[in-house]
Amino acid sequence: MADKVLVIGGGISGITAAVEAAEAGLETVIVEKNPYLGGRVSQLYKYFPKLCPPYCGLEINFRRIKQNPKISYFTLAEVESISGSEGDFTAQVRVNPRYVNEKCTNCGECAAACPAQRADDYNYGMKSTTAIYLPHDLAFPMRYVLDKSACGSGCQACADACAYGAIDLNMEPKTMEIKASSIVMATGWNPYDASRIENLGFGVIPNVITNVMMERLAAPNGPTKGRILRPSDGKEVKKIAFAQCAGSRDENNLPYCSAICCMASLKQATYLRDADAESTAEIFYIDLRAPGKYEDFLRRLQEDENVALTKGKVAKIEEDAATGDPVVTVEDVLGGGKIRKQFDLVVLAAGMEPAAKGVKMPMAVSFEGNGFVDGDGLAAGISVCGVARRPDDVSTSVQDATSAALACLQTSARALETAGGN
Amino acid sequence: MEKKIGVYICSDCGIGEALDLEALEKVGKNEYSAAAVRSAPFLCSQEGAQLIKDDINNEGINTIVIAACSARVNTDAFDFDPAQYITERVNLREHVVWTQQPRAAAEAEAAAPEEAPAEAAAEGEAEAPAGEAAAPAETAEAAPEAPAEETGPQVNENTQEMAEDHLRMGIVRARASEPPEPHIEELNKTILVIGGGPTGLTSALQSAAAGYDVVLVEKEAQLGGWGKKMYKLMPDKAPFAESRKPDIDNKIQAVEASGKIRVIMNAEIEKTAGEPGKYKVTVKSNGSSETLDIGTIVLAIGWKPYNANRLEHLGYGKFRNVVTNVEMEQIAIDGSGTIARPSDGKQATRVAFLQCAGQRDPEHLPYCSSVCCLTSLKQALYVTESNRDAAAFIVYKDMRTPGLYEEFYKTAQNNPGVMLTKGEITSITEDASGNIILEIDNTILGEKVMVVADMLVLATGMVTNALPAHVEGVTDLTPEYVGSWRETETVDGIIKEVVADPVVLNLEYRQGPELPYLKYGFPDSHFICFPYETRRTGIYTAGAVRHPMTAMQAANDGTGAALKAIQCLELASRGMAVHPRSGDQSFPEINYTNCTQCRRCTVECPFGVLDEEENGTPKTNTFRCRRCGTCMGACPQRIISFKNYSVEMIASQMKAIKVPEEDSKPRIIALICENDAYPAIDIAGLNRLSISPFYRFITMRCLGGTNLVWIADALSAGIEGFLLIGCRFDDDYQCHFVKGSKAANERLGKVQETLGRLMLESERVTQVQLALNEWDKLPQIMEDFAGKLKEFGPNPFKGF
Repeated sequence: MADKVLVIGGGISGITAAVEAAEAGLETVIVEKNPYLGGRVSQLYKYFPKLCPPYCGLEINFRRIKQNPKISYFTLAEVESISGSEGDFTAQVRVNPRYVNEKCTNCGECAAACPAQRADDYNYGMKSTTAIYLPHDLAFPMRYVLDKSACGSGCQACADACAYGAIDLNMEPKTMEIKASSIVMATGWNPYDASRIENLGFGVIPNVITNVMMERLAAPNGPTKGRILRPSDGKEVKKIAFAQCAGSRDENNLPYCSAICCMASLKQATYLRDADAESTAEIFYIDLRAPGKYEDFLRRLQEDENVALTKGKVAKIEEDAATGDPVVTVEDVLGGGKIRKQFDLVVLAAGMEPAAKGVKMPMAVSFEGNGFVDGDGLAAGISVCGVARRPDDVSTSVQDATSAALACLQTSARALETAGGN
Repeated sequence: MEKKIGVYICSDCGIGEALDLEALEKVGKNEYSAAAVRSAPFLCSQEGAQLIKDDINNEGINTIVIAACSARVNTDAFDFDPAQYITERVNLREHVVWTQQPRAAAEAEAAAPEEAPAEAAAEGEAEAPAGEAAAPAETAEAAPEAPAEETGPQVNENTQEMAEDHLRMGIVRARASEPPEPHIEELNKTILVIGGGPTGLTSALQSAAAGYDVVLVEKEAQLGGWGKKMYKLMPDKAPFAESRKPDIDNKIQAVEASGKIRVIMNAEIEKTAGEPGKYKVTVKSNGSSETLDIGTIVLAIGWKPYNANRLEHLGYGKFRNVVTNVEMEQIAIDGSGTIARPSDGKQATRVAFLQCAGQRDPEHLPYCSSVCCLTSLKQALYVTESNRDAAAFIVYKDMRTPGLYEEFYKTAQNNPGVMLTKGEITSITEDASGNIILEIDNTILGEKVMVVADMLVLATGMVTNALPAHVEGVTDLTPEYVGSWRETETVDGIIKEVVADPVVLNLEYRQGPELPYLKYGFPDSHFICFPYETRRTGIYTAGAVRHPMTAMQAANDGTGAALKAIQCLELASRGMAVHPRSGDQSFPEINYTNCTQCRRCTVECPFGVLDEEENGTPKTNTFRCRRCGTCMGACPQRIISFKNYSVEMIASQMKAIKVPEEDSKPRIIALICENDAYPAIDIAGLNRLSISPFYRFITMRCLGGTNLVWIADALSAGIEGFLLIGCRFDDDYQCHFVKGSKAANERLGKVQETLGRLMLESERVTQVQLALNEWDKLPQIMEDFAGKLKEFGPNPFKGF
């Protein structure tokens, strides 16, 4: 019997579960649907409250993966079905074609030759890449990938340009079987679709963006090379607003709190403030949730004269036709009445939605009312961690993933005991 | 091991076009008499790797120098058994060729030298910022203007020299390296869990369920901790709407029934000696002491309430009907849910709750205690549940019920007996009948409000039990440990440090008996990415000792910490390091003959690895070690080394750099941290940012390994300057070894003296703090430093 852990999802929770379990002695395999590991955190510019790059921790984790023969991973892969029970699961895994094989040296000649463009999902569509592309600068694995849906018919410019025979335009999807004794679900989250929030103008007003987009806008490898320029006209942003609970704590959208959006907006306010001493930021909130030691970070923002923290829910965002500026209407809870204010850019602090919500699962999974996986409803040998389970910050997700790794170790211990008993 | 060196140079990915590979081969052949020197296309291919394997098999090559791409990529292709072979990657692609002017541009300049000489451009005299000058699009366009056929193969001299020096450094590094011989001993795998509250009980049960023996020690006479002192608990299951009955007794019974868990009650740890896998822990219980063999430790000692006597301004101690949230639980337990107020035992029908009673207050607890909003909601429901006509009134700053706990907040909001408002208390007084009168300003209602309540509950906060019992405030602590300052005189100066007061572990460590903290007494860790990694290998904190959290989170945390405690033992038993150099089998070895007992290594180690003999001689404890090399950098006698990392090795790399006589060719050494600066340069290369060709990169496990002896030696040999590129330090440190980059920086403070003696400018040695994602700033940082060195003029030692 394979004493192996199958980890579904290669974001920070999945990577952590896999690495921690492997270093405790188990073989682990990560199945990730993106062409790279790292998930949502790899798209963040900085973490709160240290303002350090997520890449830094990811790089360590990738190193732990590279040096450990007990860990393997598949990208562009999805688990289609799981059968069996604790100690003896069988997963059918579909690996979608990358069209680029292990001979890729990452030289970039293919992209230089590629005539086609595609929307860059890593940058939330705020820029485009060539059809063959490197997902991002620190992508792991460091290998190009082809989005064949973006290719012109019959085009093989990339294959012709590759000196190493790394491009195989005829690659087919593959299905394989993975035997595992335990399974960790680390399927993570998607940003809530902000266009579903009435009155906040996302998708209609170009200068209303979401918090995940703001991360890319500030990142040196983002669409604006780290300069915070607004989408409509590329104007430098001087006056920014953040609308907290955009869709969160809202019965019509996400009834729950996403736990991280207050800290994320406080952090994003520093992106602009640190880049431009003249700039101003205003955060409209219901409750500022900076739990534990994060309070220090809130205090740092409170001490900044150019940052205003205003208790009030944003009721409406309109566009000023002449300037393209978003105009925000806020119910001012403390001052009373309504505030109307014009900004260069408004960031919607939109919440996290479980990625597994509404998706056909490869095995029986019970969900709580919001679509998060209910850990208690899982079969023995299967555990769930990170935001798949509940909205949390990175630190708590890492902690959760580490505890999931122990559940896998316990499965192995039970197997040993049974074997010994026989 | 007798070295037989093979040098393998890849000609692909632009390396062959930018460099004269024949000349590069000569470096290996002529200067180092390598047994095999080959250039090959596509070295990372199966054929390329086969070339190396053939040499291993046929020529007995055991020391493999691969001059190709970054060590971060193609690790599978060049995966030669580290127990048998030394493999050294020389990063010609990202660090040299891709960061240098592309060949086409260099040729264009060669054709028109009067316009922009290569050196001048590289030395920062070009107007355009380096990043823009090397935009890939421009270079691609420039290519057709200077076709290779017309000018013949030309190589930029500076790029070639950079590549040759890097190859030299790689060869000597490989030559000085030995395969690590793992330190393996029979280890004890019992896990000691300290603290029998919800966290510790979970840790113990979970460790046992994974097959490990556990000793659980509890200072009190019963298990359960705060779990025994709560009337109800916050929800821990979907839909998170209702509070629940305490389930701590189930856990206690499970622990007591487990054959793998030994419980010691009324316990006090007198001494923790040794290292992971070999701890000897002396536990005193009911008057007798016993020494236990322990593998690793989970520290789950929890929290204590903030001393409410310091909250007199909120009426505590002054008015009898002002109680804390902890006292409120006892009142609820005593009354089986009915709330009787203290002054007269009257059932309270109007209960006010004041949030942040001391928390979020720089005078008291500057942090938020995370759970108090939930606690007050829970307690407000006690009030209304026990008496339908009763009312609870909660005054808060921000209602903090993050995540799915929002549902619990809604339960309270939907309860007509619970009133909630944001507000600030302007006065708290007592009337003749013992009622508490609150005046509240800045409420949601928009006006001042007065509330007359039977009693007031102060939602007080949590203080970590990692602080000694006598410490009440958290804002005015001595750095790292609560204790007193001590000065020790050593051969080379005075060491000033805090001698820590014992709290619970009583470690027999040179650096003190407890875990160091960063702020407010919470034990230090890389709390975002690696929350369990404390600064004492093998000792993992869990629960509210680490930061305020709910019982649900604490139990989860206890499980995670149990995994780490097990994992440390599993790695150690194979002679391997834990995070961040997990799997590393090298470890520091000390050549004692030249030790001067200066104590620098024992003081500077971020992880308290080294103990001291009475006279100051260091004693290693391999299983505590994280392999950063800070001790190696600290040692002025150069007597601490790893099999594959040493002061001599890096010194020999520096000596391998050819220092030309021309002043137009300065040589600058950049010491780069392997986890952040190294990949940052990779990404700069990937983006074809142009950086000065005069730098020579030497990879460090951590800047903490920087030894001052290199600086004096290299500057005496004509190197113009040192740029140390490492991680941010201090409060928001990013150094994975916590104190490494800081230690380097402190050491640099001492180098001034040396430089002064050499009559050199102190800024010739500069440290920069660079985050991995600041790769775009690198070219400018390096240009600026090179520019400054140029202003100083050539190093007078050059040529001597």
